[in-house]
Amino acid sequence: MDAIFLQILNGLDKGGAYALIALGLTLVFGTLGVVNFAHGALFMLGAFCAVTLNRLLNVSYEQVSETEKDFLGNPLKEQVPYLQGWLGEDMGSFLLDYSVPLSIIMAIVVMGIVGVVMERGLIRHFYKRPHADQILVTFGLAIVIGELIRHYYGANPIPQSAPSAVSGAANVGAWVGLGNNVIYPWWRLVYFAFSAVVIFGVFAFLQFTTFGMVVRAGMQDRETVGLLGINIQQKFTIVFALAAIVAGVAGAMYTPILPPDYNMGMDFLVLSFVVVVVGGMGSLGGAVLAGFLLGILQSFASMSVVQNALPGIAQIIVYLVAVIVLLTLPRGLMGRKGVMED
Amino acid sequence: MSAAEDVSGDESREFERGTTNSVLHIDDVHKSFAGLHALSDVDLDVREGETHAIIGPNGAGKSTLLNVCVGRLKPDRGAVVFDGHVLTGKSPHEINQLGVARVFQTPEVFPDLSVIENVMVPALSKRDGHFSLNPFKSFAREKTLHSEAESVLESVGLQAHLSSPASSMSRGDKRRLELAMGLIQHPRLLLLDEPTAGMARHDTNATIDLLKKIKEGGMTKVIIEHDMHVVFSLADRISVLAGGRIIAQGTPDEVKNNPKVKEAYLGEEQV
Amino acid sequence: MAAALSKSKDWILFVGFSAVILLLPWILAPIGAGYPDLLQKIAIFGIFAIGFNILFGLTGYLSFGHAAFIGVGSYMSLWSFKLLTMNVLPAMIFSVALAGLFAFAIGYVSLRRSGIYFSILTLAFAQMSYNLAYSVLTPLTNGETGLQTRAIRTNPETSLLDGDIRIIDQALGVQELGVPTTNFFGLSMSGMSGFYFCAILLIICFFIAQRLTNSNFGMMLKAIKSNQNRLNYTGIHTRPYLIAAFVISGMYAGLAGSLMAVTDPIAGAERMQWTASGEVVLMTILGGVGTLIGPVVGASLIKYAEQKVSSWNEGILSSFFDFLPETLQHFMVSVSSLFVGESWHTTLGVLFMVVVIFLPGGLMEGFRRIIERVTGGKKSAKPGAVESGARAPQPAE
Repeated sequence: MDAIFLQILNGLDKGGAYALIALGLTLVFGTLGVVNFAHGALFMLGAFCAVTLNRLLNVSYEQVSETEKDFLGNPLKEQVPYLQGWLGEDMGSFLLDYSVPLSIIMAIVVMGIVGVVMERGLIRHFYKRPHADQILVTFGLAIVIGELIRHYYGANPIPQSAPSAVSGAANVGAWVGLGNNVIYPWWRLVYFAFSAVVIFGVFAFLQFTTFGMVVRAGMQDRETVGLLGINIQQKFTIVFALAAIVAGVAGAMYTPILPPDYNMGMDFLVLSFVVVVVGGMGSLGGAVLAGFLLGILQSFASMSVVQNALPGIAQIIVYLVAVIVLLTLPRGLMGRKGVMED
Repeated sequence: MSAAEDVSGDESREFERGTTNSVLHIDDVHKSFAGLHALSDVDLDVREGETHAIIGPNGAGKSTLLNVCVGRLKPDRGAVVFDGHVLTGKSPHEINQLGVARVFQTPEVFPDLSVIENVMVPALSKRDGHFSLNPFKSFAREKTLHSEAESVLESVGLQAHLSSPASSMSRGDKRRLELAMGLIQHPRLLLLDEPTAGMARHDTNATIDLLKKIKEGGMTKVIIEHDMHVVFSLADRISVLAGGRIIAQGTPDEVKNNPKVKEAYLGEEQV
Repeated sequence: MAAALSKSKDWILFVGFSAVILLLPWILAPIGAGYPDLLQKIAIFGIFAIGFNILFGLTGYLSFGHAAFIGVGSYMSLWSFKLLTMNVLPAMIFSVALAGLFAFAIGYVSLRRSGIYFSILTLAFAQMSYNLAYSVLTPLTNGETGLQTRAIRTNPETSLLDGDIRIIDQALGVQELGVPTTNFFGLSMSGMSGFYFCAILLIICFFIAQRLTNSNFGMMLKAIKSNQNRLNYTGIHTRPYLIAAFVISGMYAGLAGSLMAVTDPIAGAERMQWTASGEVVLMTILGGVGTLIGPVVGASLIKYAEQKVSSWNEGILSSFFDFLPETLQHFMVSVSSLFVGESWHTTLGVLFMVVVIFLPGGLMEGFRRIIERVTGGKKSAKPGAVESGARAPQPAE
């Protein structure tokens, strides 16, 4: 019981990341009709927003310590972030501690710009090209983005830490009456909650705003909406930017769980595409459902009991599920008729 | 599963009746989309060698009927029997291999292939069956088929641009190309979905002449058509479909004078 | 008449191709690429790309999982080296056969879907193979270390991963000093003889692909790409054709994987990673989808770029920009260093995008257009472009 509960928890944060990436992929695919293989790279860029902000906040000057001395008895030189110099030590270290959640703001700005530039500069010209061309050009872009990051940040993963207030482990078991055996990292709970909020936000945005209404109508029938005389080009740009932002913040917040490197985008992309296909191309609900489902399945498959019974299952479960779903439910779990069937 | 039993029952009934000269027999076909009856109680016999036109106002179910015949749609009830074979539930390629060719309403060709290749592909299918794995048999050496394709293309008036890609053709030319793709298979039954729609009068007349010529060759044809000029120039018999039902059937004269038809259909259009 | 003409054109193309491949060491020497290691890679990836093009170029089905067959071929060959003989012939036969079987199984399932679903299914199968090779299948693949040939084991207790038995060689009384090298009935598979071995196989593969493309079978595959639905109504059962194309291209990949093991007897799972599948897609696209020569051109260019561009460093760059004023020189060096050396994948990515955006027909299409312009708009006689197969250029709006 404890183990099962723990595995479900384990699946939630990963599932949250899958769901957020898949949500953006589906949004872009459903409205713009573009298969974006660079979406994983956007997730990775978001993660590097967190890294960058942390580095910016850490830009330091050297000062001679008044109190401490090094082992030779000389006054100790210490690195003081400018931030602490300007805002006082407490405020400065507080901001530094919270650099990951703060990077959400930066990710929103940066990813918004990246999204607009990418849509206007590249994606727009591929609306009417075959899916294979879209896949190829965005695949090329993903390689370029990855390599640029590697050039400037190196190839090694760069660990980020969660704020100290939530960096420990939570005794989740005690909350739900399962005793003290279910201990779970705080930050993963935060991530799950965060992804739930973002998903909820995106759905609410699409449900309750005029803009969202147009987007949903566009997902139902792209040509008709174009005929309505609505400035669809501008809407598409915004949708794409929104998808980029969602992927970006998902990446930024994921950094304490998985130290980002330039390649993480590709890994997540492959999985997210599987998630989208399992959920059903063009179905937002399906993307979210499949994201969490596959996240949880993956964590169950990595339990030692399961591993012993079916060796290797943890490595292939996601793909196996994808194959089975695609063969039995051609449109995925919640896909609509007529999407990508020609 | 009860639907499947229905089908087999219908089949045996068909054999008992033993209609001698019926090539295509549509037996009590029903088809509905989301509760809307597109076809109900449709019974139709197409006789060997005749040209049978199916007419009817827009939305009468003509295209649905054709799609049921070629296996694109599965009827809810009833069966389509061609030459003793139940077509219901068969896939399009199987139906074609039995000798039923179709000419589409919006021209469906192979845009990246050349005109002559477009015609040779169906010819290969006719000769070699639905799958033939002889990966080294040179396409360029299919001289017999090539000249056959040339003569069919000549008969539809497309001999001029044999090696240009089909995508570069006009819509009217594509229709003629499609006709050639059907003709080269020498099908026992040719289904034509509005073969002259979108053609200029001159081309329409040429197509009528062509189809008349084929008729002399004894090929059975089912034509769905809006243009009454075409229908009355070609058809031996006409079935009138309205609201998913056959409301009249007979020779052109009988149909022309049928009051129900006048009411449902002919009143709206110039004859 | 037309048939005879196209036939002689095919022969010119084949003879020309063979001549270029066999003279490659001399042709590439002036640009510093005439050494065996690179030449072997060009030939091997040429085979891989030609095979991939039989599927993607002719039928339009984009597989993102062809690297799996490379892996199957490599591992199978190594086991043949370890268990049977260092002669490469049985290794190649087993590899191609096994890759064909794998391709049949994967193709049979994946080809139930088309479009992007097909791409994802093939990707899923390849990722499964890759992940399994790293985990459960370690006894067969030796995991991250990779499978290697070893000396004959003296103690039967030694794992087969660490000691070979080579039954046939032993029975024939072949003397081994340390770890032996691969050979083709005594001909060494390293250096130039290795290249010529691969080159002759490439030529054979090219010949087969040419015959396939020009056959009735090839015509059906092109018709599938052009309008699969229409083909069904024409009486053709398209799935067996697609499966056959998938299996053939999987066998090509298996042969390529086997040759990788032949020229360098080690096999690792990274050959099965999906980036490797992406690489062959790029080669095909860059050269020209649906053309016969294009994939080989693409493979050569990318392998050459990989070796050359990745070896350039800042020193080479600053001497290259020496003629500029100092500040400009620094700037140019720092910008261009984004594209070379360790970062050469950036060049790859940019190339990918440029080709897809501006030249959907690939380099062969580009050559054809240039020749057309030079010869005054007449239809080019350049035999490389298979007109019907090449995708029509679509201008970006």
